[in-house]
Amino acid sequence: MSGQLGKPMLRKEDPALLSGRGRYADDLPVAVGTLHAHVIRSPHAHAAIVRIDAAAALAHDGVWAVITGEDVRKLSDPFLAPVKAPVRQWSLAVERVRYVGEPVVLVVAESRYVAEDAAELVQIDYEPLAAVIDPVAACQADAPILHPEAGTNEVSVRDFSYGDPQGAFARADRRIAMTVPFHRLSFTPIECYVVVAAHNAAEGSYDALANFQGPFSMHPVMARALRVPGPKLRLRIPPDSGGSFGIKLSVFPFVVLMALAAKITGRPVKWVEDRIEHLLAASSGPNRVTRIEAAVNNNGRVLALKLDQLEDYGAFLRAPMPGPLYRMHGAVTGAYDIAHVEVKNRVVLTNKMPASLIRGFGGPQLYLALERLMHRIAVELKLDPLDVMRRNLVPAQKFPYHAAAGALYDSGDYARAVEKTIGDGRLADLKRRRDAARQAGRLYGIGFAAVVEPAMSNMGYLSTLMTAAAREKAGPKSGAVSMATVNIDPLGAVTVTADVTVQGQSHETVLAQIVAQELGLKPDDIEVVLEMDTAKDQWSIAAGTYSSRFASGTAVAAHIAAVQMRDKLKTIAAKQLNVLPGDVELAGGKIRSRSNPDNALPFGRVAGTSHWSPMLLPESMAPALSETGVWSPQELEAPSRDDRINTSLTYGFIFDMCGIEIDPVTYQVRVDRYVSMHDAGRIMNPTIAEGQIRGAFAQGIAAALYEEFSYNEEGAFLSGTFADYLVPTVSEIPEVEILHMESPSPFTPLGAKGLAEGNCMSTPACIANAIADALAVRDVVLPATPRRIHELMQHNEK
Amino acid sequence: MRRVNKNERVRIALALNGRKLAAAAEPRTLLSDFIRQNLGSTGTHVGCEHGICGACTVLIDGVAARSCLTLAVQAEGREVKTVESLAAPDGTLNPLQAAFRANHALQCGFCTPGILMSFTDYLARNPHPSSAEIREVLSGHLCRCTGYAGIVKAVEEVASSAPAKAGKGDHASEAKHGGRGV
Repeated sequence: MSGQLGKPMLRKEDPALLSGRGRYADDLPVAVGTLHAHVIRSPHAHAAIVRIDAAAALAHDGVWAVITGEDVRKLSDPFLAPVKAPVRQWSLAVERVRYVGEPVVLVVAESRYVAEDAAELVQIDYEPLAAVIDPVAACQADAPILHPEAGTNEVSVRDFSYGDPQGAFARADRRIAMTVPFHRLSFTPIECYVVVAAHNAAEGSYDALANFQGPFSMHPVMARALRVPGPKLRLRIPPDSGGSFGIKLSVFPFVVLMALAAKITGRPVKWVEDRIEHLLAASSGPNRVTRIEAAVNNNGRVLALKLDQLEDYGAFLRAPMPGPLYRMHGAVTGAYDIAHVEVKNRVVLTNKMPASLIRGFGGPQLYLALERLMHRIAVELKLDPLDVMRRNLVPAQKFPYHAAAGALYDSGDYARAVEKTIGDGRLADLKRRRDAARQAGRLYGIGFAAVVEPAMSNMGYLSTLMTAAAREKAGPKSGAVSMATVNIDPLGAVTVTADVTVQGQSHETVLAQIVAQELGLKPDDIEVVLEMDTAKDQWSIAAGTYSSRFASGTAVAAHIAAVQMRDKLKTIAAKQLNVLPGDVELAGGKIRSRSNPDNALPFGRVAGTSHWSPMLLPESMAPALSETGVWSPQELEAPSRDDRINTSLTYGFIFDMCGIEIDPVTYQVRVDRYVSMHDAGRIMNPTIAEGQIRGAFAQGIAAALYEEFSYNEEGAFLSGTFADYLVPTVSEIPEVEILHMESPSPFTPLGAKGLAEGNCMSTPACIANAIADALAVRDVVLPATPRRIHELMQHNEK
Repeated sequence: MRRVNKNERVRIALALNGRKLAAAAEPRTLLSDFIRQNLGSTGTHVGCEHGICGACTVLIDGVAARSCLTLAVQAEGREVKTVESLAAPDGTLNPLQAAFRANHALQCGFCTPGILMSFTDYLARNPHPSSAEIREVLSGHLCRCTGYAGIVKAVEEVASSAPAKAGKGDHASEAKHGGRGV
């Protein structure tokens, strides 16, 4: 072994990306005759579509088609969704619009400029309806109903109980409760959505290119909408994508829409979303209102939790929603050893853009509530917040730990992680800074957050939203399959393909490290090809890049494929070297005898044997040309009859600690010092790990202090440009001190866990706790903008 | 000044990365679209089309500018440089590109071309910027992947290894620089 894994290395991706040679969706060549589309969107939050007059637009030079919801309804079916409520959505609005920015009409023309000119000639008459924006209001009896067939906006409600929460609440010294809202935001990838779709009328098939990110469980959703079997929808993902962060899952309705436009016009159709469209209606994380209550003893020990989670998905519930409400379900007790839990999960629809995947995926909402509660318990019991947290952490000796709602935490030592973080004088320094600031009359607070970071989702977790009886009827869902393939060319060169979509996570580099390590080669010897083609690549519904599945999923599959190939090459070489297979090793580009290293052959010579001379292979051996590693971990079981679900395969740990100061004049929150401890199991590449953590931290800061999609009461959208929707620049991102410890996962051969979402979950909670400490307030609403801080200081409620 | 009719396609000629090129386009065509769609250089990226994200930044006669806020006709007869001009013909990265690679200053790479072009301009005029000056220039760009730390480090590394004799930018080029939101 050449020991490539665990070391930093220059990224294989970078030379192309640094010289303008990336191949993003909008860079790729399109067929001659490709048309361009522009989407006309709803200006109303809720309205009936009375009439659409396209005559003038159709008469405009260069216009090929003006497509409406009625056309789409004739040619396609509504999208399948996990919740069985009568909420039907097509790729264009049918009969009524339900949010500002909803696609209403598609104009297809010879160029985008012409399509936008013609769009101004389309006349759409609306009859406005009353809209509802606030999720709590949407649950009330007199609320306007978005989908009359459903009869309610609260389209899914489920109650869960684990252990004996009632008994624990009766027995506890105190009950402490809070209501914690989490807001709407996106992480706005700098590249917007891109789709190019073609229709082959002779074959009845579609061929689409999109910067889709997965999961590929959406492929059957798209194919069914288009009324074709899966193989008749060939979906290709370009080699590069300009960021995603969960957001590019939601390009899927536009894949269907452009496919239909291609069918209608008989030409390939291309659509590039612009930034205004993206902010208005691409995707958002769901907002949530959590009422959380603890049964707690006077020493701060939490005996039981009750959560009522009301999650607002906007106007439609699209697959795979309500994922964020259930992705954390097994781990709803977070980092704490709490045996008794009651959970009510409610899904509500409002007149806002549909919510979907976003980095952190349910974690930020859960941990803001849970960590604010832990802080509040300390305040009410007049204890040190850190002591309350430590008193409740899952003890190291309990791993692997069965959490109350079903998560199986693989490994960790949470108490030691906390000690290491506060050690070396770090907490003492924070306290010194706080005391000095407060002595000088300034507003300074310290916050903590402890977070369990799940990775590689169980594909069965969403079925927890059905009752056990309904699950039995539908057939159990479970598991998550990862695949990667190692190929050998005639001269022994190695290429790797894998079931991920590229968005900047450095998969090319890490896959090369993993495969090189097993084959005794250098990472630079390995070509990694990660564009996806559903017609030719191997994939399962779990494929794609989301929910931190790479480290504990695809990376393992690549390791398995490389080991399979290595073992075959050993057997082939043993015959050629005239030694036993057990004596063969792959190292330094050679395949040689371990006991007599001079007895060696070049890697390429042995590896090429299967191409040139398969007759030389040991008897009954299949040629070593292509090995696919398939990884299907057994821990990802279906939900149990009593609704316990191991939602993810691996569970990392994060402990954050920060000091913040509030400017008494501008009301801005300044992060004075921030420390973030990560235990993500074995680290495969420290440079890339740090890059992922810094990126998540910046987005955590953004969620805590800056970014918010805002609507007024009528549903008008107020954050449609980057001047209104504040993405932090370098000036807004504070320094973060990153610490690591490694508790390898016993459930994967590489021992690695996910680490790219953790700070999206921990940082908003940590900052909110510090603000509560600085101002001695109970309720902190994020993002903590100067306006909100000012309000808090006006009505200081203690 | 050249006058063009808004309804006619016009021939627009400019030098792109040292090569004289021309194509017909509508007068309303954005320079970003013209470079990508008419001239075929797709290294320049479009991220917001309202001048905030900075991904589309190119050099026009050596000065960094948002190509999404510039009409192609405004670049007529001028020298436009994009990210494709930075590496040597054999692909060898220039010091700024190499520093980005060494400091993990990019992940998805979509915003990177604009950032490289802004600093190509800025470092030419101020080869030894302070960390605060680097941050000020970088605050004209949005990056969603990295949290910016690697980018600052990369530029600092280039600045600290630039020849000492080149001092702060002279007044003329500072003036030329003024008024743009790099």
